[in-house]
Amino acid sequence: MSVHVRSLTVGYGRATVLSDFSLDVGPGEFVVVAGPSGCGKSTLLRAVAGLVPFTGAITVAGQAVRGPSRDRALVFQDDGLLPWRTAVRNVELPLALQGVPRAQRRARALEWLDRVGLAGFGDHLPRELSGGMRQRVQLARTLAQQPSVVLMDEPFGALDAQTRASMQDLVTEVLSGTTTLFVTHDVDEAVLLGDRVVVLGTGEVERRRDAILAAVKA
Amino acid sequence: MRWVVRIGSLAAVLALWQLLTASDTRAWLRFDQLPTVVEVVERFAVQVAAAEFYHDLGASLGRIMAGFLLAAALGVALGVVIARSRWLGDLLRPPLEVVRPIPAIALVPIAILLFPTDEQGIVFITFVAAFFPILVSTRHAVRALPTIWEDAVRTMGASTPQVLVRVVLPGTLPGVFGGLSVGMGVAWICVISAEMISGQFGVGYRTWQAYTVVDYPGVIVGMVTIGGLGYLTSAAVELLGRRVTRWLPREALV
Repeated sequence: MSVHVRSLTVGYGRATVLSDFSLDVGPGEFVVVAGPSGCGKSTLLRAVAGLVPFTGAITVAGQAVRGPSRDRALVFQDDGLLPWRTAVRNVELPLALQGVPRAQRRARALEWLDRVGLAGFGDHLPRELSGGMRQRVQLARTLAQQPSVVLMDEPFGALDAQTRASMQDLVTEVLSGTTTLFVTHDVDEAVLLGDRVVVLGTGEVERRRDAILAAVKA
Repeated sequence: MRWVVRIGSLAAVLALWQLLTASDTRAWLRFDQLPTVVEVVERFAVQVAAAEFYHDLGASLGRIMAGFLLAAALGVALGVVIARSRWLGDLLRPPLEVVRPIPAIALVPIAILLFPTDEQGIVFITFVAAFFPILVSTRHAVRALPTIWEDAVRTMGASTPQVLVRVVLPGTLPGVFGGLSVGMGVAWICVISAEMISGQFGVGYRTWQAYTVVDYPGVIVGMVTIGGLGYLTSAAVELLGRRVTRWLPREALV
């Protein structure tokens, strides 16, 4: 599924956060949007998710975005899990909303937890899990939802370096072939994960990206 | 060791009471009119053996449950609606805000005029008393709900009713239970007062009745019974609240 963003402008009150921004993501492509805090990259994701009003046009798989849909899953930096549901019940939630019968969705949720390396942790509440584990649960939930497009908003921003590295590996593995729009302020992460890196905001980030890409190629 | 201190302190208060009343002490405060601990205990033993006592208990508990459950259902529903719909908020808030500062017990004359039976009037007073704390705390809890949970569920394709059931209701439970606890407390204050004014049965009625016939041990028995019932019902609300909000970090328990 491809994503097309045309002349996107988003403002909160009088402040314009994004102005006349365009972007294309091809089917199965993993595009990373990098930029400093406040450059509007989270707003871009929220617009594609259909959570904020915007002007311009966003189409996903040929359909114009008018509001949120299960077709565009959003992964949050932290606290995206419902704290009163256990890990497995969080993963089950998108299936429950789709009307999948209880036994079937439990089995599928457990499979996805297993897939992200959390077999045996299904009964834990989010507060009983580490930050990295909670992000794994979010990832499992997103996979269970089977969206056409995955939107990730600094999903590893709150993790320590080691956990972050293992999560990056996991994402590369489980999301390969899934159209993904990934936002980060971390240029190294952007270059590591992205099939393509789009820079939003200052030229400083752009220079850093080119320097890293040159180093990688050399 | 701490239990010894706690029980000892309670025993000391009872002993002091017995001493002051048995010796008919008059030192500005007049203890000669008050019954002794022994008289109260004897009176309690007599009452507990009589059917009337349980009839009164049942009457008061029935009123509390009817008023409180109505208040809980309506208070939570309206609290959510007012917090989430600007239009319905504009429509419903002005009349509610006008009635809210009136203590429920001041509505007794209206209740007597409005309802065909005293029974319904008492339930109405109890309902009004519990309704506002529940409404207000629900409204605040809905407003304070982190938007991220709703965003998450919406991007899973949830409809508005699904958001209400899956996010808003469970997410606001800690705040709602704060309101339910307060509501249960004021419901007791009002049911007892209303019974004293217009009841024909009930613990409040019986207590006031005992006072008018100069049965002072009976008054104390009534007071202690009310205290016990209030404690039990509040504890029940508290316990239920803890069970359904077990996901909260311990230190944040309401």
